[in-house]
Amino acid sequence: MKKLLIALLWAPLLASVQVFAAGAEVKLDKAPDRSRDHAALQNGAKVFINYCLNCHSASFMRYNRLTDIGLTEQQIRDNLMFTQDRVGELMTIAQRREEAKLWFGTAPPDLTLIARARSTISYDGADWLYTFLRGYYRDDSRPSGWNNTVFSNVGMPHALWQLQGEQIMGPDGRLALVKPGLMKPAEYDAMVADLVGYLVYMSEPVRNYRKELGVVVLIALAVLLVFAYALKREYWRDIH
Amino acid sequence: MAASAEKYKSDGTTGGNLLEWIDARFPLLALWNDHLAKYYAPKNFNFWYFFGSLALLVLVIQIVTGIFLVMHYKPDASLNASGVPIAFASVEYIMRDVPWGWLIRYLHSTGASAFFVVVYLHMFRAMLYGSYRKPRELVWIFGVLIFLCLMAEAFMGYLLPWGQMSYWGAQVIINLFTAIPLIGPDLGIWIRGDYVIGDATLNRFFSLHVIAIPLVLLGLIAAHIIALHEVGSNNPDGIEIKKKKDANGIPLDGIPFHPYYTVKDIVGVVVFLMAFAIVVFFMPEGGGYFIEYNNFFPADPLVTPPHIAPVWYFTPYYSILRANTVNFFWIDAKLWGVIFMGLGVMIFFFLPWLDRSPVKSIRYRGPLYKGALAIFVVSFLILGYLGILAPTPGRTLLAQICTILYFAFFLLMPIYTSLDKCKPEPERVTDK
Repeated sequence: MKKLLIALLWAPLLASVQVFAAGAEVKLDKAPDRSRDHAALQNGAKVFINYCLNCHSASFMRYNRLTDIGLTEQQIRDNLMFTQDRVGELMTIAQRREEAKLWFGTAPPDLTLIARARSTISYDGADWLYTFLRGYYRDDSRPSGWNNTVFSNVGMPHALWQLQGEQIMGPDGRLALVKPGLMKPAEYDAMVADLVGYLVYMSEPVRNYRKELGVVVLIALAVLLVFAYALKREYWRDIH
Repeated sequence: MAASAEKYKSDGTTGGNLLEWIDARFPLLALWNDHLAKYYAPKNFNFWYFFGSLALLVLVIQIVTGIFLVMHYKPDASLNASGVPIAFASVEYIMRDVPWGWLIRYLHSTGASAFFVVVYLHMFRAMLYGSYRKPRELVWIFGVLIFLCLMAEAFMGYLLPWGQMSYWGAQVIINLFTAIPLIGPDLGIWIRGDYVIGDATLNRFFSLHVIAIPLVLLGLIAAHIIALHEVGSNNPDGIEIKKKKDANGIPLDGIPFHPYYTVKDIVGVVVFLMAFAIVVFFMPEGGGYFIEYNNFFPADPLVTPPHIAPVWYFTPYYSILRANTVNFFWIDAKLWGVIFMGLGVMIFFFLPWLDRSPVKSIRYRGPLYKGALAIFVVSFLILGYLGILAPTPGRTLLAQICTILYFAFFLLMPIYTSLDKCKPEPERVTDK
């Protein structure tokens, strides 16, 4: 009887494991962690503002928030602000959404949260972005002349092509660099890693602080637990 | 309720005089005694008995954080200059620009999942020890009503961030109501306040989430506790401590809730808060189960996500819904799904009368109930897991098997509980 019950309990569990294993996933490259590297994040911010912030907004992000990653307000004003004049302003853009829709087929999404939004239960949004930004290749069948390995028929042309150069997709599905860009492949990968690091930071600027505070909170609760348990023991001594 | 008669006598101090003045005009001492200092709870409560007070703690967390969120949140579906819905933008404003807003928001979003964790465990406790049995039927019924309210509260709250999953999750659930014959389509419009989910829906869900349902919830929780304190708590042995009293009419196995269980519950609270803090500070998205990643995209009525999954606490019922794939008795499969999903929750109401066992606690029940409960729990967990995934024929078949097992637990209960070989219950509570 007991064995039958145990078998009954296990059967659906095993079946569900099999079901789970059947799902396929895109192969993504792991994005290097830049979360505590201020120089890299500052470089990422620079790339973001130079290359992305013309078509994409980051409308929840304030310029002066970049003091988080080690910049002073004066540095932000001097090096990173081209359109707005007040350092507390949001990273909005002047481009009209209706026009952008006409040009690209879809309005470029706001990028403040893109690193979080592109995450799924199975993979990290940073890895997706890191693979995406290195996965552009020439495709003459597309209106923009570009296609992408992880985002097929993407509306966005390759905004970083001058830096990366031009890749083509071989018959084996692998990408090959046919026209070199301003950067060597390793330099380009490092720059994309900085950019992705910045996007991850921007998606939740408080992340590092949140984790540090979490350690303090847990230590405080652990101390409280000792006292709470001692109090309970003291009161319950005479209950048998 | 013998304590109600006595009134507080001052010891001559200012504080004492004040208390006497108040107690002469308001039953302060009686309330304190009836619910805390002279409420005698069985002394053998175990691990499973922490979750009632923890549910109350989570309720307080949700109300307090909710008050502060409402100060900054804007239920507005129209787009701002950057093309982002104002409601969505206001949540990010809270996350970035409101001092400690991120913490308050994460406490609230984690609190929603924590509420269901503790409530599911609290309900499981009742099923382990037969806490729904006579004389606690009303305690149980109030509890199931609280569970229903909590589902409505969570569902409506989930629309408010106005992300993709908020929007499309609400779309799926509201469409269920339109499956009801005759009144369905009109009912859908009545719920949405529009032909599509839009600003009207967002505003009414906001109102219901912050005012209507919390009010009902508080009333039901008061009723749940008052009914419990009228009949007294059950315990892991499932026997009535009120049957054995000392000369003063105090149950021999009872101890005053305060201070014994208040100090014990503080330990439970601290342990719970540690687990809670781990989620809030280190994994606020809960791996995509507590805050779905897709919800960081603003709601877009023109882009249907490839895979719409409800939040984890609804997935068992979502699986039951999807498991109905056969048109049967001239009724559409979708409607059967809605019916079974509704029955899946409602059937808990009948538990006190379905159970025919001579004993309450799992400790003295026979193998039939133990096996049935184990199969029920496993089916529930599998249904929950399947509800997260996209359906395939194999998964649907598994969900159908688990749905049958889920309902069989309740419907066959009168049979297997009366056939079961139970052990004799002890006279007094065991352990400690």
